[in-house]
Amino acid sequence: MDLSFDRVGVARGPRVVLEGIDLTLASGRVTAILGPNGAGKSTLLKAAVGLLPTTGTVWLGDAAVATMDPTARARAIGYLPQAAAVHWNVLAREAVALGRLPHRSAYAAPSPADAAAVDAALAATETTHLADRPIAELSGGERARVLLARVLAGAPRWLLADEPLASLDPAHQLDILDRLRGVAGAGSGVAIVLHDIVQAGRVADDVLLMKEGRVAAFGPAAAMLTPAVLEPVFDVAFGILGGPHPICIPIERLGR
Amino acid sequence: MTRGAKLAMLTAIVALAFALSLVAGKQWLPLDPDAATAILVELRLPRALLGLVLGGVLGLSGAVLQGYLRNPLADPAVVGVSSSAALGAVAAILYAGNASLVVFIAAMLGAGGAMALLAALTWRAASPIAFILAGTVLSSLAGALTAFLISTAADPYAVASVLDWLMGALTDRSLDDAARAIPPMLIGAGVLLLTARSLDALTLGEEAARSLGVRLGRLQALVVTGTGLTIGAGVAVTGVVGFVGLVVPHLLRPVFGHRPSDLLVPSALGGSALVLVADSLCRLAPGAGEVRLGVVMALIGAPFFLALLVRHRSRAWI
Repeated sequence: MDLSFDRVGVARGPRVVLEGIDLTLASGRVTAILGPNGAGKSTLLKAAVGLLPTTGTVWLGDAAVATMDPTARARAIGYLPQAAAVHWNVLAREAVALGRLPHRSAYAAPSPADAAAVDAALAATETTHLADRPIAELSGGERARVLLARVLAGAPRWLLADEPLASLDPAHQLDILDRLRGVAGAGSGVAIVLHDIVQAGRVADDVLLMKEGRVAAFGPAAAMLTPAVLEPVFDVAFGILGGPHPICIPIERLGR
Repeated sequence: MTRGAKLAMLTAIVALAFALSLVAGKQWLPLDPDAATAILVELRLPRALLGLVLGGVLGLSGAVLQGYLRNPLADPAVVGVSSSAALGAVAAILYAGNASLVVFIAAMLGAGGAMALLAALTWRAASPIAFILAGTVLSSLAGALTAFLISTAADPYAVASVLDWLMGALTDRSLDDAARAIPPMLIGAGVLLLTARSLDALTLGEEAARSLGVRLGRLQALVVTGTGLTIGAGVAVTGVVGFVGLVVPHLLRPVFGHRPSDLLVPSALGGSALVLVADSLCRLAPGAGEVRLGVVMALIGAPFFLALLVRHRSRAWI
């Protein structure tokens, strides 16, 4: 089930933050969304989850996201906000179990399937040993993994994550990227906002480059992650580090 | 101990407190059979029933509002419903005579007006922040209008009975009072219980909650209606009783966990127990009269709450 943007725009008051987004993200692939600060990356994800009023239409398969039943939409699309907070000192397992809410019928207790999904999500993020600890006692990186487990527990058809790697150490960054690849490998769609171009090159099938609320470039990662494409988006000169996967690294600012 | 066992213990405490409320007073039961029946049925029973239900809805609405606003300092007073209901009641006492039915209706009208205003002020942005701001403004406005009514009143006796009433009490309430107030409080409690799952989702913040299918508009409508019915009816028949909604969820969080839905039923039970015990203490105070329930609540609630704060100040969550 693809996620399509049909002339999608978002305005906050008089300011246009997203304009003329016209593209289709394919299921079963990882799309990395890159761009400078304020490019509209987070806004694009929120529009895709139906959290913002938009012009144009976001389509999930043949259903318009904005008019979907909220529970059906919540089952289909999992969303991990940027710098996600947890407002009460619940246990890690309880936080992960929140991802099952759209799957539970009203006022019913969690089913064995819910419990199994929570256990699987804890295992996938290597947080099983943290399950019975209060969330306030976890480190930032541990909490980030628990919150990713919350989204995984819902087994969504589309997983949209806003900077899921922030505050993770390199080992867990690699684990999470592998896990996201696994989600896409199982047929779901994955779209993640990243700041790290190197990690994007490692995980992404497709790369969406954004600048000033518009699509700067969109295509297969290998074609996008080149100095020629990246430099006008970021206004930074890039060099290439050779190896099995050539890696673009920022060198210096342009136009100064 | 399992959650079921903890709930059973809490229920047993409520039952004991209810029994205490029936027997305790300047005249301890049992006394001679004729007077006992009169005292029990006409004085103590309505009082105990009102205490049971009022405490329950105060605790429950406190737990719901803390969950909804994600703020451990929230209580029914912050949304302005209690002060608006009090405004209605004060107007009735001063200008429409002190008949309990009239006061009840006026207080419910005040609470209903507050609910309508809250809904109108926040329906566009169904967010807890807008809600708490609107509630705070409403609360100060109703408080100011109440003070205005009191200071411009002509009859000093009516003013005295207003001030007495504002302190909150279960004294001398009849079975008629109980029969009027308890149905709206129970219906409101039922409405508030419907919020449980959405409150859990709000633990992750508004955006994550919405992405999990929570309809913030529906949730807000439930919170406004439930609080209006429970607190409006409560204030209408007992005056303003503070502290219960604030303190009870705090006391129970270490026992039942921090998940908002896990706290709703325990907070209702805890509120019942607290109000029943405090109201029994009211009657045991020395002197000919009784201490007001609101006063006893603050006298036992405040030091206890401070002790709690001191004990937990090193933790991130109080």
